Amino acid sequence: MARKMKVRAFIKDGGITVVKALMFHPMETGLRKDKKTGKTIPAHFIQEVDVQLNGNKVLTCLWGPVVSKNPFLSFDISDTKAGDTVQLTWTDNTGASESATATIA
Amino acid sequence: MDNNRRIFLRAGMASAAAGMAVAAGLLTPRMVLAAWPKQAFEATKVDDAIKAVYGSTALEPSDKVTVKTPDIAENGAVVSITVRQKLPGAQSISILVPENGSKLAASYELSKQCSSFITCRIKMRKTSDVIAVVKAGDKLYSAKGRVKVTLGGCGG
Repeated sequence: MARKMKVRAFIKDGGITVVKALMFHPMETGLRKDKKTGKTIPAHFIQEVDVQLNGNKVLTCLWGPVVSKNPFLSFDISDTKAGDTVQLTWTDNTGASESATATIA
Repeated sequence: MDNNRRIFLRAGMASAAAGMAVAAGLLTPRMVLAAWPKQAFEATKVDDAIKAVYGSTALEPSDKVTVKTPDIAENGAVVSITVRQKLPGAQSISILVPENGSKLAASYELSKQCSSFITCRIKMRKTSDVIAVVKAGDKLYSAKGRVKVTLGGCGG
């Protein structure tokens, strides 16, 4: 597929890490029509994003087709230290998935 | 009104080609995720969606939950929403848009380490409230933000 997911994780005071992620995905709602053919474009969107800190699940995002194309996601994680790893994995409604890992800096 | 539709369609056109290619390439859709609450995302009423996620619709407005939205969204295809909450023991945050066809936009299952804020971008069909529902303990708390969706960038 297209471009790879980007994940950044920066630690702030008090062990709080802010994670920012940008995924590249069409996020089709299944309601739009192709202008040329008049056919409905099938739904194709990310359903679930799993976030793991050092292999432990800290956040699960359940998304509907309402989330924008190329979804951006930001959140924070407490009790972290530099060098910890944050892994994001998305899975879409066709079963496709992608993972990306960032080291907290 | 029709202008909103135009810009929405145009914003999506760029992705159409990529979407088609992917759809053609993945002809064998595998199993749908078990955890994904299909019923909730397909609900056509806000109450139904909340009930499908949490099993209750008893919302309590709380000042410990805040929804940060742009007052005016120039492009309804990309509206940045931030939900902050300060409730102890929060388990879940959901974002709902009453004026969208699919009311439930996103639902986040939190953990102890990850519960203070969530930012994401959503699509909005037209000017609407954005409702955030936070589950903490056995209760549901909510807050609202309003986004005016326009076409141009000069509106006040």
